[in-house]
Amino acid sequence: MSGAKRVSTAPTTGSRWLLDHTRAISATLDALKRRPFGTLLTALVIGITLALPAGLYAVLGGLDAASSGLKGSLRVSLFLKDTVDEAAGRQLHASLARKRGIGDARYISRDAALAEFKAHSGFGEALDILTDNPLPAVIVVTPDATLPKAQAEALLDALTKLPEVDSARMDREWLERLYAILAVIERLVLLIAGALALAVLVVVANTIRLDIASRREEILVLKLIGAPDSFIRRPFLYTGLWYGLTGALLACLMVVAAGLSLAGPAQTLSGLYGIGSGVAVLSVDTVFAVFGAGAALGWLAALWTVSRHLGAIEPD
Amino acid sequence: MSDALIRFAQVSHRYRDGGRDILRDADFQLARGEMAFLTGPSGAGKSTLLKLIALLERPVQGEIVVDGQVLSKVRSRDVPAYRRQFGMIFQNFNLLPDRTVFDNVAMPLVIRGHSGDDIGRRVRAALDAVGLRGREKDWPVTLSGGEQQRVGIARAVVAKPRLLIADEPTGNLDPTMAAEVMHLFTRFNEVGVSVLVATHAIGLISRLPYRILKLEDGLLADARAAPEPGA
Repeated sequence: MSGAKRVSTAPTTGSRWLLDHTRAISATLDALKRRPFGTLLTALVIGITLALPAGLYAVLGGLDAASSGLKGSLRVSLFLKDTVDEAAGRQLHASLARKRGIGDARYISRDAALAEFKAHSGFGEALDILTDNPLPAVIVVTPDATLPKAQAEALLDALTKLPEVDSARMDREWLERLYAILAVIERLVLLIAGALALAVLVVVANTIRLDIASRREEILVLKLIGAPDSFIRRPFLYTGLWYGLTGALLACLMVVAAGLSLAGPAQTLSGLYGIGSGVAVLSVDTVFAVFGAGAALGWLAALWTVSRHLGAIEPD
Repeated sequence: MSDALIRFAQVSHRYRDGGRDILRDADFQLARGEMAFLTGPSGAGKSTLLKLIALLERPVQGEIVVDGQVLSKVRSRDVPAYRRQFGMIFQNFNLLPDRTVFDNVAMPLVIRGHSGDDIGRRVRAALDAVGLRGREKDWPVTLSGGEQQRVGIARAVVAKPRLLIADEPTGNLDPTMAAEVMHLFTRFNEVGVSVLVATHAIGLISRLPYRILKLEDGLLADARAAPEPGA
């Protein structure tokens, strides 16, 4: 025999899911607001931890953008054979200028080369005694900026083997060193990001562990009155999520602040080298990545901790 | 007996640390709609018997059936759903100190995913039933022991369970409060809720016309049968 007459007021699965999560979100946000100092402190630690890889990533992005501006430096000077007269040289220049993958081709005739040499070498009058122009005609070829580095190099290599070309000089060693350094920095950023992700996991996990310990009595009561593990777990997961997201927000603010404070000197430096804008800007992609990483790390740390500690709290 | 809400068949239990037998071959039934008291000296195992019903312990031998469910077959992951079918009342009240009276009573309904309106209506009705209407916003710490226990009872009945089990519910109350709490149980029983109360308040329960079970040295026996209807 049943006690009172039962009328089902149970919500549907979908609306119940929504209701449970809405309540958990509201309750956890309220709980965090009730202790703003503690929340801010934890979020700040996470923020600083996330800011370092985010900042390095932004700097790397800035350097990458700057180095793409240097792609123009990847060029070859084709010194033409003496047997190639000016008409043939100009014809070769015209055909190279039309060639796919070549961004720019500049023809410097023998006379122009001599005039330029006279102007810049300081031997102006001495060179007048020469009866013949010893300088060859040159075609300076710059690959298309959109061409991948490997393809650009292959193209320039092919040009040096043209029959009209006597010799060629490629000025790219320093650029290759820069690319190598960037690759090392990129790997370093990944390693640092991995280590700091672990640090975020530990910080959030420890905070949630303390939270679980302080709410042990509440968990016991909830288990006694039939709360499922998912119900007990949910607020802790959202707490981890909020820590991660707040930390990500603080990390982005710190990187932007650092970027703004470095903007002046960076502008000067980039101006001196004639590359890029010089300012490491936090791209939208990076902002999304920082928030995604913060949210995922916070949630995962909470899940890991709750899974480890909740089972150990059982009413007896 | 087909109308048994709780049935113990040859149930024995001892704790893992190898102590004495808490229960020895206990046979016992509580009919649907019945109210009974479980007595015995301190340490006799009254609480353990309730824990077996609540699946806080599993017997080493015998079979327990509650509302048609064989408890040995209830899997660990189904225990919370099983516990939601009845209301539990504790000696130390087990209220959440950082929640208001309303929130404490509402907790079983929140767990079940009831809507806010439904929760409000049911909580007010439960508090009305235990005489605490108007105290919704109070904090547990501001209430007397008797009031806290009444909040505990309101929480136990708010989801309209078929069965209430109470472990020494008057243990921390003065005689007047204890009598009031027992009176509440009788009122819930009158509307069809089965009630099993573990208590050593012999003086209090001997005046009430309900069945009394006695547990001593691991043996469970009827100390007083349920009175015949109209007796």
